[in-house]
Amino acid sequence: MDALEQTAARFAALVPACDYWTLRLVEESSEHLEVRQGVVEPSALGESLGAMVTVVVGGGVGYGATSDLSAAGLRAAAAAALGWAAAHAELGLFAGAIYPRSSLRADYRSPVAEPWDSIGLADKLALLQDANTALAIDERIVDWSAWLAWRRVRQLLLTSDGGHIDQVWEYVSPGLAAVANAGSQTQHRHGGGADWSQQGGLERISAVGLLADAPRVAAEAIALLEAAECPCDTRDLVLTPSQMVLQIHESIGHPLELDRILGDERNYAGTSFVTAQMFGTYRYGSDLLNVTFDPGVPSELVTGAADDDGTATRREFLIRNGLLERPLGGRLSQARSGLSGTANARACAWDRPPIDRMANINLEPGQGSLDDLIARVERGVLMDTNRSWSIDDSRNKFQFGCEWGRLIEDGTLKGLVRNPGYRGLSAEFWRSLDGVGGAAAREVRGVQNCGKGEPNQAVYVGHATPPGLFRNVDVFGGGE
Amino acid sequence: MNQESFYRLAGRLFEQLQGAEHLFCDLGCESSDFVRLNQNRIRQAGAVRAAGLGLNLIDGERQAQASCDLSGDLDEDLNRARHLLGRLRERIVHVPADPYLNFSTEPSGSERWVGEDLPDARAAVAEVIAAGAGLDLVGIWASGEVQEGLASSIGHRHWYGGRSFNLDWSCYLEADKAVKAGYSGLTWEPAVLAGKLAQLRQGLEVMGRPARTIAPGRYRAYLAPAAVAELMNMLAWGGFDLKSQRTRQTPLLKLVRGERAFDPRVSIREEQDRGLTPAFTPEGFTTPDRVTLIDAGRFGTCLVDARDAKEYGEPVNAAGGSPQSVGLDPGDLAPAELLARLDTGLWIGNLWYCNWSDPNDCRVTGMTRFGTWWVEHGEIQCPVKVMRFDDSLYHLLGDRLEGLTRERELLMDPGTYEGRSTESALLPGILVSGIELAL
Repeated sequence: MDALEQTAARFAALVPACDYWTLRLVEESSEHLEVRQGVVEPSALGESLGAMVTVVVGGGVGYGATSDLSAAGLRAAAAAALGWAAAHAELGLFAGAIYPRSSLRADYRSPVAEPWDSIGLADKLALLQDANTALAIDERIVDWSAWLAWRRVRQLLLTSDGGHIDQVWEYVSPGLAAVANAGSQTQHRHGGGADWSQQGGLERISAVGLLADAPRVAAEAIALLEAAECPCDTRDLVLTPSQMVLQIHESIGHPLELDRILGDERNYAGTSFVTAQMFGTYRYGSDLLNVTFDPGVPSELVTGAADDDGTATRREFLIRNGLLERPLGGRLSQARSGLSGTANARACAWDRPPIDRMANINLEPGQGSLDDLIARVERGVLMDTNRSWSIDDSRNKFQFGCEWGRLIEDGTLKGLVRNPGYRGLSAEFWRSLDGVGGAAAREVRGVQNCGKGEPNQAVYVGHATPPGLFRNVDVFGGGE
Repeated sequence: MNQESFYRLAGRLFEQLQGAEHLFCDLGCESSDFVRLNQNRIRQAGAVRAAGLGLNLIDGERQAQASCDLSGDLDEDLNRARHLLGRLRERIVHVPADPYLNFSTEPSGSERWVGEDLPDARAAVAEVIAAGAGLDLVGIWASGEVQEGLASSIGHRHWYGGRSFNLDWSCYLEADKAVKAGYSGLTWEPAVLAGKLAQLRQGLEVMGRPARTIAPGRYRAYLAPAAVAELMNMLAWGGFDLKSQRTRQTPLLKLVRGERAFDPRVSIREEQDRGLTPAFTPEGFTTPDRVTLIDAGRFGTCLVDARDAKEYGEPVNAAGGSPQSVGLDPGDLAPAELLARLDTGLWIGNLWYCNWSDPNDCRVTGMTRFGTWWVEHGEIQCPVKVMRFDDSLYHLLGDRLEGLTRERELLMDPGTYEGRSTESALLPGILVSGIELAL
């Protein structure tokens, strides 16, 4: 019996009297290696282990989280949960009886071809040193670094209904950064997998071409110094998958979160321009817009068997042929709202409770390649790699900036432009979608820093997407 | 975990050291209650008891770091820490000498205690709900103890213990029409809560008027302290740390180069003497009471952590590169004259979701949110539908700055991403002759 199962057994001997309980045990290990300007940064190992006890009793729900996994510690966490359940029973927003119960028994393991420990520390640092050497190509490169991050999370969720869900996610995240400067102009470029995260092992290093990508990253940072500013006008916009990720995340994923629609997030992350009445009738985008909640894409960041309430995951269409179908809401939000939803109640760690989060939110492929999309543009701009994101609390008025831009004229890529940005309204932007790349152009990516919730939680979110073409978008460049 | 048990754990670890090894142990601990509110009812409530230990093993010119959670039981925690120390010892022979290794070699000690009696969280939440009757109140109550400690084999012993509450909430009228307030501190006073709720009720009366939709363009504006805090947060994002300056990544590069300046009335400081945050770094250095970051509109002194200090040959004055207790000097605008001085324009209560639009020109974009009003001839007229601004701080804190308020507001950070924050800001409001609205 391993440590988590032992802790579970310890808890089983002291479970409190209640209508329903869950015990969520989370064990996390991590390692971060980085070489900056040829100097090895202090290597950092991380280990975390803790438990959250949730109880439903007397019409209320409460939780207690602790890093003390002794019998006394678990008993204290359960007592805290019972105390807050009593308060919730008296002053709660909803009856504890609707809290979702689970008897699911399931397992999940990330696919890992090359385990993290199959290469020694010295070899990993040597790789990062080589990448540093490849980045330092010019004196205008004023800062540069390469990194490798490893994270393994095991979560064991047990319930009083016999639920037993054991999931292990593992990630290796490489990346490169180069900073170029001339006078008062500074430009950044990232690559080598910096915004291309997936589950997996060391095979991710070769998949994203960590070392091979370094000369490109550095050369592009320098090229941006001399580039013209992105024009400020209205023109067609082609977004590569690296920026489509952010566009989907902010202007589709967040607005469809059911807890926003129910008002839970209004004080912090915000509400949504989407209302409960829109599902089934609202035209979110053009006919080309097909968006899924898809927990089954191999290696995508949040692929797994169940959410943190113990609900089995299943692929669902959120938007089909442009029509809004379904929100992102776990079973509790579904019960509160009377709407359908998805298995997306997620917590970032053992010390935070599950709330509605994105998981894998994907744009389904259309047809053709990136070049095919570009060929359809008479006057436009291509943007790649997000560097700035801002959107209103209803997730409608957005402004995004990218690292890299190329003008498009008569179906051909032209000059490089720097500080490219664009702004618009979520409610209108997706209706201007006039091209979606095909399956061969789709990239499985995601973000590792999605913040939300009170208390705050940052989680990984997966987004698989092809490039996209949008018509008549307001674009702009830098300067005061 | 308390001070004594942490020092005992660290002491037992120091007994394990070999040869010329040094070990720095830092502790982060919290015992918090979190209660989410929606529609003036409890949405989600619970308690978190967490403790984390950080280790930095130093052997000659090499170092390796690690962290783990602690249980609170000495024997169990000693086992975990010894295991981690063993792993560090295995690793450190494989890492090269670190030219930027920097730690205090002089033993030092300090204690800082903030707050005494906390309200009972359940009773306080019940008071909030009772006082907010009839309101669509949404937000979070967070309260409890936060502790940070440092012990080293050299002899450092530093401790910070804080007890505080932070009620961060807003009241909604409909859709995104809302007003916001915060009540945080060390001593719970129901009368203060009642006063803040009365203010919000007044704000909601104005919010009930038909909202005005304004076109993009430049508008006169007053930015309340909470809105100014968002601008300070942007400057804290790479604006003040030494590494960003030396690698020319700072959004204040033109200020550093002397090509631009803020208004001479703008002075920004790190005010550690406010006493709300730990005054030591993980490497054993103590931090000064004050660091002047922007001095009368010109770039002042950078924040310098231990690593950057060694790399660039500067003295350590901070635990990290962003301020923890930022302060913007007040001006001479009296509260009673604010509306008259604004005359016609925007009263911006809060800004939201700011990001760099073009850092080379210190250009920021973000949204208006909560309690933003249209003012005509010195009188608040109606709420304004949310608008996006996109403007350079060289204008908002420079050539378009008309004044800063005489009074400053203390804003305690409600952030909880890495545990409950101890950061704060002490800020005036600012009056500007124009802010560019883009969408």
